Amino acid sequence: MSAETHEGVHRHPAPTSFIRKYIFSIDHKVIGIQYIMLALAAVVVGMTMSLLMRLNLSWPGTSWPILETLFPTGAPGGVMTPEFYLSLVTMHGTIMVFFVLTTAPQGGFGNYFLPIQIGAEDMAFPVLNMLSFWVTLVGFIVILLAIFVEGNASLGQAFSALGPSFAGGSGTVGPIGGWTGYAPLSALGKIAGPGQGAGMNLWVISIAIFCVGSLLGALNFITTLLNMRTKGMTLMRMPLTCWAWFTTAVLALLSFPVLLGGGILLLLDRIAGTSFFIPSGLYVSGLLSGSNPNFPLHTGGSPILWQHLFWFFGHPEVYIAILPGMGATSHILATFARKPVFGYRAMVFAIFAIGLLGFFVWGHHMFISGMSPYSAIAFSVLTLSIGVPSAVKTFNWLGTLWGSRIRFTTAMLFALGFVSLFVAGGITGLILGQSSLDLAMHDTYIVTAHFHLVMGVASIFGMFAALYFWFPKMFGRMMNEGLGRIHFWITFIGVYTIFVPMHIMGIVGMPRRYSSFGEYEFLKTLHPLVLLVSVAAVITILAQVIFYFNVFWSIFKGKKASDNPWEATTLEWTTSTPPPHDNFAGVLPTVYHGPYEFAVPGAPNDFIMQTDAGAEVPDGHGHNGNKH
Amino acid sequence: MGRVLAVIIWTITLLSVLLFVAGKWWFPEAISEHAPALDRQFLITILVVGISFTAAQIGLGWMVWKYRDTGSSSDRATYSHGSNRLEVVWTVITAIVFISLGVMGQSVWASLRLHDAPAGSYSVEVVAQQFQWNFHYAGKDGKPGRTDPKFIDDGTLNFIGLDATDPAGADDAVTSALAIPVNRPVELRLRSKDVIHNFWVPQLRFKQDLVPGMEIKVHFTANRVGKYELACAELCGQLHFKMKSYMLVLPEEEIQQLQGLAQEQFQAKMAELLNKYPLPTYK
Repeated sequence: MSAETHEGVHRHPAPTSFIRKYIFSIDHKVIGIQYIMLALAAVVVGMTMSLLMRLNLSWPGTSWPILETLFPTGAPGGVMTPEFYLSLVTMHGTIMVFFVLTTAPQGGFGNYFLPIQIGAEDMAFPVLNMLSFWVTLVGFIVILLAIFVEGNASLGQAFSALGPSFAGGSGTVGPIGGWTGYAPLSALGKIAGPGQGAGMNLWVISIAIFCVGSLLGALNFITTLLNMRTKGMTLMRMPLTCWAWFTTAVLALLSFPVLLGGGILLLLDRIAGTSFFIPSGLYVSGLLSGSNPNFPLHTGGSPILWQHLFWFFGHPEVYIAILPGMGATSHILATFARKPVFGYRAMVFAIFAIGLLGFFVWGHHMFISGMSPYSAIAFSVLTLSIGVPSAVKTFNWLGTLWGSRIRFTTAMLFALGFVSLFVAGGITGLILGQSSLDLAMHDTYIVTAHFHLVMGVASIFGMFAALYFWFPKMFGRMMNEGLGRIHFWITFIGVYTIFVPMHIMGIVGMPRRYSSFGEYEFLKTLHPLVLLVSVAAVITILAQVIFYFNVFWSIFKGKKASDNPWEATTLEWTTSTPPPHDNFAGVLPTVYHGPYEFAVPGAPNDFIMQTDAGAEVPDGHGHNGNKH
Repeated sequence: MGRVLAVIIWTITLLSVLLFVAGKWWFPEAISEHAPALDRQFLITILVVGISFTAAQIGLGWMVWKYRDTGSSSDRATYSHGSNRLEVVWTVITAIVFISLGVMGQSVWASLRLHDAPAGSYSVEVVAQQFQWNFHYAGKDGKPGRTDPKFIDDGTLNFIGLDATDPAGADDAVTSALAIPVNRPVELRLRSKDVIHNFWVPQLRFKQDLVPGMEIKVHFTANRVGKYELACAELCGQLHFKMKSYMLVLPEEEIQQLQGLAQEQFQAKMAELLNKYPLPTYK
């Protein structure tokens, strides 16, 4: 594409009305903040649900009057029912994975900073960008509706007018199926029990909507990065954040369509009587398929097909959640270590290798699903090999710290926390990736511990680091460092206290998604650990109030930020704070150096901006194919 | 700040490792022939995991301790963009260690899954349904009766849809607990009537989904007599956490006694055996 064409595409005048400026904005910066606000709202819902789950596991049978007020059918007398608990499991997972871990890292920070870091005025398709946010928001509203259509009898009644599959009000707070929604439980409709009616329809519809939003976003990211880099911004001069967002967008582009397709088929099974995932001869809740109008004839479907479609998306999704965190961590580590990223090229290859291998390992979720035992072996060995680029990244982070001069800002603390948690969570993949060990480990708490640490908590730490780091650029004010540190200490110790004991529970054999452990003798010895985890969870969740206070207080009352408060090198720090509507006030920057020129011998400062035309960096260390 | 962070990282690492080596909580005692090999592979793997975890955290702590900016000195960080030699070294070493682990991790799997049950295995059909286990034993003729979903009738306790017109099924028994012989290969033919369930006995170190529309054959050999809890390990709906049964591993003579019995006597004998054997004691 010629320079002429893409200028025409993205240049647009600054909006004047409030609505065009802050609501239906096509400015990537406003859209980025909208995504982050969406994630900040969604994470409150998801976290509240985890709090309720921990209360139920450690203090079963206790009455929580507030629950009865909110969900009279789901928690009669304020006591959670098993189906209430299982719907919490489902909604917690779905909201966290889709509306938190996929929105903030990519749609939020990626949207805001990718165009600025490559020296572009906006995304390639600003209107499409606006659409992807609003589509995603609709998806979020639909998933919230799924909570209340099941939890509120009168709303459930209203929805049942849409047809038998839309019967709601089953006394849950959403569908029951886990975030994986395995068929045929998720495909059969209300005959399969509570939480299988309208809530499940809305769950599928919400995910399908979300897929569309993410797909639009991915197209935009890829086009923008490939076409709109400013003069001198070669690929190998891009910050590692941009490599991470780019790879994430490619993963999203290739994986979300598969889930979208799967979701549509699942919805058809539920409302149109098809049988993509429902085999013949099922006998559910006392009825034979085809023998009764409440349970139409199904024949010929494959439950495992859903798992293949889901995990073909679901495994890349793990990397969609964590790659932006890796990018942010590399970026922030270098900035506050005052040292170039160690092994920039190796880091880029590792991101690519993780992205590529991420598409060939989905079967490790399915070793015991009944698929071919031979394919399990291939998936297993490939899974272990994905540990190699992950380890390479860790070595390079440590290499970056070696010989550095670390400034312990809150952003740096969270980036260091990311490294620690990524190792702790990722390394147990060596256990779970082995087909033999999966015979014992599958669907126990060690799986819960593993993916929460690595894709949940490590990703969130990456986002905390990113927010503390970029907040001054986004809002023109600094966040409070003192509160930030308190937030870090409690959260860092808290998440380890929550998730390390869960590994032990898994080794003992505690199954996931149980609303109570009281039925089994072999689980009774674990009670002290269950209690410890719950207490740690309550404290850690409460500590997030400090974070929310810090964010919203700092937006209005924080100390004013300068243009480059961290003495960083990349393009977002060359423009004013916050950046003008077109990012660079009409003059696109020219790039002369790689992104992480810290501590260059002989230079007047310990950092060289990418735009610094006069500075000299030693040969071969600018990642520069074409020196200006 | 750097020193505080280092101490906290090291403390977390120490406490985490202690929790694993303390031995208070670990696998329940194994009762299957493949379990010792699986446990050994687990031990090797968790050693690699533990050493890598500890080394990385100690390294990270050491970096933040040693390289904190003290503010007093004006000297800068070391200017380095990396080392290709180091990249090659750590890539090759981790590749060798991780992929070797991955290859070693296939042996138990291969021994259980890549071939059929040996001849003479004791065969039981397992039919799961929402929140209940059904175990279908062939009678003296060794042939299980034909089943069809259209004959399923929970009202008359025909949970698995046995065809009353098939003579092979006349001497069959169906119970809600599993009885298998000790030291003899067992084949389970796993089916589900409604949604996906999972057969999980922690002491067996064995799990397998039961998928509606499929008959999945698995095999193992239990080598210790006793009564063990059997759990469902795949989310199957409201009362998933209560979908519990027991697996009895019995001496051959008790299995022989069971095998001749008609439905009512079979159930009575099972009840007696379930009473006779206590659950393992858990520390």
